[in-house]
Amino acid sequence: MKRFFAFLLTGALVLSMMAGCSGASSSEASSTASSSEAASSEAAAGTGEESAAAEGAIMIGGIGPLTGSAATYGLATKQGAEIAIKEINALGGLQLALDFQDDEGDFEKAGNAYNILKDKDMQIVYGCTTTQPCLTVASLTYEDRYFQLTPSASSTDVTDGKDNVFQMCFTDPDQGVTAANFVKDKGLATKVAVIYNNGDAYSTGIAQGFIAQANELGLEIVAEQTFPDDTTTDFSVQLNAAKNGGAELVFMPIYYTPASLVLNQAKAMGYAPIFFGGDGMDGILDMDGFDKSLAEGLMLMTPFNAASTEERTAKFVAEYQEAYGGIPNQFAADGYDCMYAIYEACQKAGITADMSHEEICDALIATFTSADFSVDGLTGSGMTWNTAGQVTKAPQVFTVQDGVYVAN
Amino acid sequence: MNITNLLFNLVNGISLGSVYAIIALGYTMVYGIAKMLNFAHGDVIMVGAYICFFTMSKLSSLFAPGSLAATVVPSLAGVLLAMVVCTVLGVVIERLAYKPLRQAPSLAVLITAIGVSYFLQNSALLLWGSEPRIFTSIVGSGSIQLFGGQLTVAYTTIVTMLTCVVIMVALTLFTGGTKMGKAMRACSEDKGAAMLMGIDVNRTISMTFAIGSALAAIAGALLCSAYPTLMPTTGSLPGIRAFTAAVFGGIGSIPGAMLGGILLGLIETFTKSYITTNLYDAVVFGVLIVVLLVKPTGLLGKQIREKV
Repeated sequence: MKRFFAFLLTGALVLSMMAGCSGASSSEASSTASSSEAASSEAAAGTGEESAAAEGAIMIGGIGPLTGSAATYGLATKQGAEIAIKEINALGGLQLALDFQDDEGDFEKAGNAYNILKDKDMQIVYGCTTTQPCLTVASLTYEDRYFQLTPSASSTDVTDGKDNVFQMCFTDPDQGVTAANFVKDKGLATKVAVIYNNGDAYSTGIAQGFIAQANELGLEIVAEQTFPDDTTTDFSVQLNAAKNGGAELVFMPIYYTPASLVLNQAKAMGYAPIFFGGDGMDGILDMDGFDKSLAEGLMLMTPFNAASTEERTAKFVAEYQEAYGGIPNQFAADGYDCMYAIYEACQKAGITADMSHEEICDALIATFTSADFSVDGLTGSGMTWNTAGQVTKAPQVFTVQDGVYVAN
Repeated sequence: MNITNLLFNLVNGISLGSVYAIIALGYTMVYGIAKMLNFAHGDVIMVGAYICFFTMSKLSSLFAPGSLAATVVPSLAGVLLAMVVCTVLGVVIERLAYKPLRQAPSLAVLITAIGVSYFLQNSALLLWGSEPRIFTSIVGSGSIQLFGGQLTVAYTTIVTMLTCVVIMVALTLFTGGTKMGKAMRACSEDKGAAMLMGIDVNRTISMTFAIGSALAAIAGALLCSAYPTLMPTTGSLPGIRAFTAAVFGGIGSIPGAMLGGILLGLIETFTKSYITTNLYDAVVFGVLIVVLLVKPTGLLGKQIREKV
């Protein structure tokens, strides 16, 4: 009997290990698939086709959370990028290959993912999806000279002092400032409360930008409430402070999981101010079992609206739905734009797949910061980058009405 | 410090504390009898909450929305099914992971329990994914308004507190009065002697796990009714807090678990409200250290003299 259980347990262990590896092995499989694609295109080039660019694919190493609490963001950035790559490779010409590794939203695991990709001879780093892991990877890529473009890590710390790191999303303080301006311009409130996660660089960055700008504009901050991490589940004290201060608007630049709890608990308390969030709020409507009426009137900033009728957006949404099911969010659009930005910069700089990552890094830095380089994407048109690696584009504010985003 | 604010914090603290208390009851029950820390308890809670969630979302579509049956039947069925599944799970875990280690040093059992905890968490991650799901409260989302709407008490809070008291009384009666309960206490005092007196120790311990896991299912449903984001890691942090509560109140003592849970919730809420929203964990554990220094067995723990 004992032996039987021993076998059973061993079996379970082996199974769980295999399951644990399945993510990695499938991405490996996809990378071998794409490299075989590259090989076949190489063969095609060899048989007389004189296309200079199609010698092989430029290997892009992606890093982001595919599991864990931020998995929605990581999966979106991966899938959005994959759609773009499919389109780009179908054009012929310059070919791109993406190998996306899981970092679980953890900075230590992001370092591991980076090393795996380095071993696989990646040439450009795409990621990370979230700020904290991105800080780790950015200092590594700076040392090792890889060009890095992050779809969504929005802290200024990510790009500070690193000439090789560029952002596709707007920076945190920028977002806070825009939000404060918006609140003032529209006359939404005079008394505001801020609830943010001060254990998180993203949340703190936006909150500080907002508070500084709000003070300048004469908005009264009646409560500045913090919580230490995203596993916090009880926000009643923070909400009570906002309520007692008489806040008409609660600004909460936090991710959607804690935000859903805040909305829930505010309703239970009978407190109904305007709730205003940053781009981390994007995704709240897609939570399984979420009561959408809780989010009625919620305002958030995001540069992408999937309901838009604009031609390119509509095409992207349709392709995304066909490939993965579900409506793409802002992160998917950022990922899509990242691939096109890399593609256009590579073409402009004349980069080929046989160049080393140091050469590509220098060439892309020069291209991204050059005055005549701009990209039209889903999250903004005419996007340009400054030498600090920050993008110039405007965030847009949406309000949730009847369970969908409505532009303001 | 105004009075409404004080009352608000009091209600909040008790509601948070009653969730801790209900989890702590399961911890303390297993520790009191099997003398082992079942660190997987928090994850059994998570499994229970998932089972309840799936049952409720399957069933709720069968009834007309808004009717009484639509609120009562899915909740009841969800909790009952979760209890059944968790009971079986608890017994299976005990049989596979803990029973072979009955004679092993307690450290080995502790490490195994941590292993089981990770196993359950990662299995849930594989089966149900990492996406948080929003749990619908099993008692509806309404609340009672007091003092002209100045103070609101959610139904969930009331139900959690009542359930907690009922379970506490039932467990005290069960371990004090019934034959099985007496057998459990006998096992807890001296396994060898209990065996010599004709008590089936293995069956008794299995029974303890069955009851503890059924309690975990109820705790899971109530935890997620109060804080509705359900993820594979949902159970782990409240599990640790509840373990602290159990130690605070005197681990092994059933009324102690309840007292410890409520006090922990109150300390946490008052710290957040009047001192800092960031350091509350430090304050909670600081108080725990002070209590253990003054009273090493916890608030209601019994002093047991170790025989040398």
